[in-house]
Amino acid sequence: MKTVTAGAAAAPGAPPPVAKKGVLGTRPWVAACFLLPALVLLGALVLYPIGYSVFRSFFGADGSSFVGLDNYGELFSNEGIRTAIRNNVIWVVLAPTVSTALGLIYAVMTERIRWGTAFKLIIFMPMAISMLASGIIFRLVYEQDPDRGVANAVWVGVHDTFAESSAYPGARPRPDSGMARTAGGSFTTESAVRAGDPANLPLVGIPPAEMPKEAAGAEQARPEGGKITGTVWLDFVPGGKGEPGRIDSGEKALSGITVEAVRDGEVVAKATVGDDGTYSLPAAADGAQLRLPGSNFAEQYNGVDWLGPSFVTPAIIGSYIWMWAGFAMVLIAAGLAGVPRELLEAARVDGATEWQVFRKVTVPLLAPVLAVVLVTLMINVLKIFDLVYIIAPGATLDDANVLALQLYLSSFGADSDQGVGSAIAVLLLLLVLPVMLVNIRRIRRERRR
Amino acid sequence: MSTSAEPAVAKAAQTPGPAPGRKPSAASRLAARASGGLAQGILVLIALFWLMPTLGLLISSLRDPTDISSSGWWQVFTEPAQLTAENYSALFDNDVVVGSLWTTVLITVPSTVLVVVIGSLAGYAFAWLDFPGRDWLFLLVVGLLVVPVQVALIPVSKLFNTVGIFETTIGVITFHTAFGLPFAVFLLRNFFAEIPRELLEAARLDGAGELRLFTRVVMPLGGPAIASLGIFQFLWVWNDMLIALIFADGSSPPITVALQQQVRQFGNNIDILAPGAFVSMVIPLAVFFAFQRQFVSGVMAGAVK
Repeated sequence: MKTVTAGAAAAPGAPPPVAKKGVLGTRPWVAACFLLPALVLLGALVLYPIGYSVFRSFFGADGSSFVGLDNYGELFSNEGIRTAIRNNVIWVVLAPTVSTALGLIYAVMTERIRWGTAFKLIIFMPMAISMLASGIIFRLVYEQDPDRGVANAVWVGVHDTFAESSAYPGARPRPDSGMARTAGGSFTTESAVRAGDPANLPLVGIPPAEMPKEAAGAEQARPEGGKITGTVWLDFVPGGKGEPGRIDSGEKALSGITVEAVRDGEVVAKATVGDDGTYSLPAAADGAQLRLPGSNFAEQYNGVDWLGPSFVTPAIIGSYIWMWAGFAMVLIAAGLAGVPRELLEAARVDGATEWQVFRKVTVPLLAPVLAVVLVTLMINVLKIFDLVYIIAPGATLDDANVLALQLYLSSFGADSDQGVGSAIAVLLLLLVLPVMLVNIRRIRRERRR
Repeated sequence: MSTSAEPAVAKAAQTPGPAPGRKPSAASRLAARASGGLAQGILVLIALFWLMPTLGLLISSLRDPTDISSSGWWQVFTEPAQLTAENYSALFDNDVVVGSLWTTVLITVPSTVLVVVIGSLAGYAFAWLDFPGRDWLFLLVVGLLVVPVQVALIPVSKLFNTVGIFETTIGVITFHTAFGLPFAVFLLRNFFAEIPRELLEAARLDGAGELRLFTRVVMPLGGPAIASLGIFQFLWVWNDMLIALIFADGSSPPITVALQQQVRQFGNNIDILAPGAFVSMVIPLAVFFAFQRQFVSGVMAGAVK
């Protein structure tokens, strides 16, 4: 603060030589006129409510019965409020740190890139829109159905690339085909198979529309000496012309299905059904039973239940990071611009790698900015409401609960208890109190100078 | 804390000059270029990743409800014929939605103007006028910067009930003005305090009174800070849902509340929600792109809020 006026004039013990009547020589009542609107509003709508909330928190739901600290006890005994407190802790730990870390990475990465400004605009843009709009945006992102929600579409895509997905969910043998359902969703033949005797395994239960388009017609497997052969196919043609158990023309091969030969509970041989529906097991399978393992028929992988009970809070935190990483990035980038170039260059000349320069020079120099960003985000996260209220579906709203939401529900919800609501408000205020005191001390120091 | 309107985005984007002295070897230059290329590639991916959610909303808002419920928005890349403005024309035929947009304007504009005017008056008094208890009062304002709005919900709802402005637009405006003031006073006092003393004294010698000094000298010089504050407050009020949820008139709510009421049946009415959300974003985004610098400096100054 470089002005000599404001601070010095009012500093106790050091009366300024001139300007006795005031900085600009005005009378106090003029100042009062300038201040009045602000002070009235602040007093009535900010200051007074603090006092009232503290007072109200000692009274019951009806507002007239004194209950002492019962409302505060309720904060830690009520299951819903405890969930809210636990979630708030997760929020306060995760959201600011991840946002700040991303902001730092983005700020450093874009520093020397020509289109860095465009990048920053894209990352920063979500800050301008409402949490309601962001909430709706992320409700769409987190839709469960991988055909609609982009998060699950990507996730299922990645999952299916690395894990084999079953080709024929829901397929099953005909009831009279001599196969029975066995453990793990598998199907096993009731009798043992003999080499040279084609063992056909007709399946049903797949709507023709869900068959892969490239599926070929099924062929009768040719007997091979000493081997066990057979066909696995969809024993059904639209129109009902097919005969059960026979490979009719137009019936499709179920390529890719795994066939196992099992003897005394041990898998002795294994084969995969070819494009024409045929398989062939070695002689070792002679006398064994054939089993179609359950992995052939497992339901399709459907992705993560993002808004289910266990993931709902991290999922909403993800949307918050999307909104606020840009804020961290912009503040950190401004701080970065103030870092003396010579320091970084000196470190590089001394042979430091880029990572070392980042770790040992840039980050320590940015520490004050990082602290401001973290604290600002923590205060902000403490009050998080809109995102949770919008993104969490009714079924998991309780699992996603946070203090500000609980306060709203307790105070204005169906069976409201404004005593508890006030206690939550006071708790929130106590949590920001340290920051408030630090702010006041900092301004006092600046003005003394 | 800097209070001047610094164009942070632009400033931080300036590329530093090449390293002085030592010429890098060809090999290290090549390596640097390759890693630079990789870094740029990663940044492009991140930027696309960051755009995707918004893009999803925009495209969803342009699809038929039956298309939305049967397939993902990315289908339009293969079937662009799915795009239709049908949802938007239905939205603008919907009186509730149009009315709620108007309510939002009716709340946002006065809240912004009032905060700027009242905040400037107080900021000027704190910066240049002398009165007893000035320092204490200013520290009090600084203390109020971080008070969560939640603290005021119950008490102010009771207060407004007594005065008779609970669930009215006036009430919402009053609430937003009051909670915008600590930041406004803080920002503007610091900015006004930097005005050269000689300028004010010269105007005083010319016979300007307090009010004239304020309107003719202080306010114009405070332009950048006032712009930052105005944009910040505008976005804050436009985007607010919580205060409107409690204090606004339920029969003509602002757009955020109108949309919130639809969210509970999420899935059945995405043809209203998606375009509605997008329409509610258009004004803030326009303001953001038009006044990025002021917005950024407002954000920086308000980092404690």
